[in-house]
Amino acid sequence: MATQQTQTLGRLLLTPAVALLFVWMIVPLGMTIYFSLLSYNLLNPGMERFVGLENYVYFLTDPAFLASLRNTLVLVGSVLLITVVVGTLVALLLDQAFVGRSIVRLMVIAPFFVMPTVSALVWKNLLMHPVSGMFAWIMTSIGLEPIDWFAQYPLFSIILIVAWQWTPFAALILLTALQSLDEEQREAALMDGAGAFSTFLYITLPHLARPIAVVILIETIFLLTVFAEIYVTTGGGPGLQTTNIAFLIYSQALIQYDVGGASAGGLVAVVIANILAIFLMRIVGRSLEV
Amino acid sequence: MARRDSASRVFVSTLAAWVVGFLIFFPILWMVLTSFKTELEAFSTPPSFLFFHWTTENYATVQERSDYVAHAMNSLIIAGGSTLIALLIAVPAAWSMAFAPTKRTKDVLLWMLSTKMLPPVGVLVPIYLIFRDFGLLDTRSGLILVLCLGNLPIVVWMLFTYFKEIPKDILEAARMDGATVGKELIYVLTPMAVPGIASTLLLNFILAWNEAFWTLNLTTSEAAPLTVFIASYSSPEGLFWAKLSAASTLAIAPILVLGWFSQRQLVRGLTFGAVK
Repeated sequence: MATQQTQTLGRLLLTPAVALLFVWMIVPLGMTIYFSLLSYNLLNPGMERFVGLENYVYFLTDPAFLASLRNTLVLVGSVLLITVVVGTLVALLLDQAFVGRSIVRLMVIAPFFVMPTVSALVWKNLLMHPVSGMFAWIMTSIGLEPIDWFAQYPLFSIILIVAWQWTPFAALILLTALQSLDEEQREAALMDGAGAFSTFLYITLPHLARPIAVVILIETIFLLTVFAEIYVTTGGGPGLQTTNIAFLIYSQALIQYDVGGASAGGLVAVVIANILAIFLMRIVGRSLEV
Repeated sequence: MARRDSASRVFVSTLAAWVVGFLIFFPILWMVLTSFKTELEAFSTPPSFLFFHWTTENYATVQERSDYVAHAMNSLIIAGGSTLIALLIAVPAAWSMAFAPTKRTKDVLLWMLSTKMLPPVGVLVPIYLIFRDFGLLDTRSGLILVLCLGNLPIVVWMLFTYFKEIPKDILEAARMDGATVGKELIYVLTPMAVPGIASTLLLNFILAWNEAFWTLNLTTSEAAPLTVFIASYSSPEGLFWAKLSAASTLAIAPILVLGWFSQRQLVRGLTFGAVK
């Protein structure tokens, strides 16, 4: 239906966005690739020299890389598991008829709007502090030893905080999906004598499969680059226990000023993210009718 | 919603939903309560829930100690500026893809989304060096630029999913009546596109306000927004919980209100239209 005139206009209007994004993607990425082949430290300016793939060999064989890769996978995997399971349960609960839906909905979604630096510091100090934190008080009240969260389970502490931030996202998306589920289908299943559990297993869960996949893939993009929560609480420590790949590269770049090494690490992060991105693109692409 | 709900069932689900809602919301509630305590009470065990000496002095101290207003101004300028510029670039692009699609439109959209998959840490080094060489470190304009480009794909996508829902028949009808492309744009499309643009603006503003990778790495003081302002409370100096809570409450209050308004758009916005 588009006329020649609209076609030309369309191309004209699309160009700025495409050009800007292209430059934004290509220039820094090209520089990262170039730097990754150099021995280049900001503390020794003028000493840059070409070293080939040495930075990659160094980065990939560094024990810190393996530790941070492990931490990244544990962090992403645990947060995904918690948010999807808890999110599904919360969504199922909020889909029931109850008094005060809109207020409860607001309370549930609120953590998603809290900036990462705030949630990390509030959890670390007000809730998880080993002496005066809320958790310590609850543990003591029921006669247990309080846990020194960040000393004993540093990575798990980060996981809890990040999971709290992302559970509302999962719950809200799954709730939206539940509400589009055909009520009659569920009623019919119940009428035919299916129990509540098998109705959930055979009707509700298959319906949620795609939204859950979308939640997993979108969360993965953001969870791979968790940074602020680590930056303001543990600084990657103790040792390397809470260093993920994003934090490792940050510390190589802006603490050790190792431009070459950080660039090689950055490209490794890009490759890991891209492998996951391919899956997301497939799913989103399928739902797209242009 | 023809569900046969007995009164007792509604009672049980009401109770359960409120308990769950309260538990999820508790950290925020606790933070707000603590912000009105004295430092001594904030740190005391057992904690006092409501019966403490309510005070607003922490808010005054926070403003005095770390200048909340200046940081909030930076957040406003950076989040607002990057959102508005992104809209300026994205509205024409989304319009063109929704109303004058070509064979390549789908590829362009997916390619745009793929730039969002690029982890920021992958380009941290070059961006930092470019910023250093062009004197953009710790400037608001630098951050506006980076956040604008970083969120541009999401903005284009959100707008595209909204624009696509505008019925094309209306355009046909307007054209039959002799409307030119320009008139069509101003009198027919714009009024129908405003709600979608408004929700895109809101969601993107929230994302930019809470962005905590580039803001932490590219600013120190002059251009520092609230994310960095809060990070300055990460190294404890004596008793600081009440002050931390007051600062945190101030930092999230405006966005929490906006966020609650935009929660319905959140789903389609952040899932790129895959879940509505």
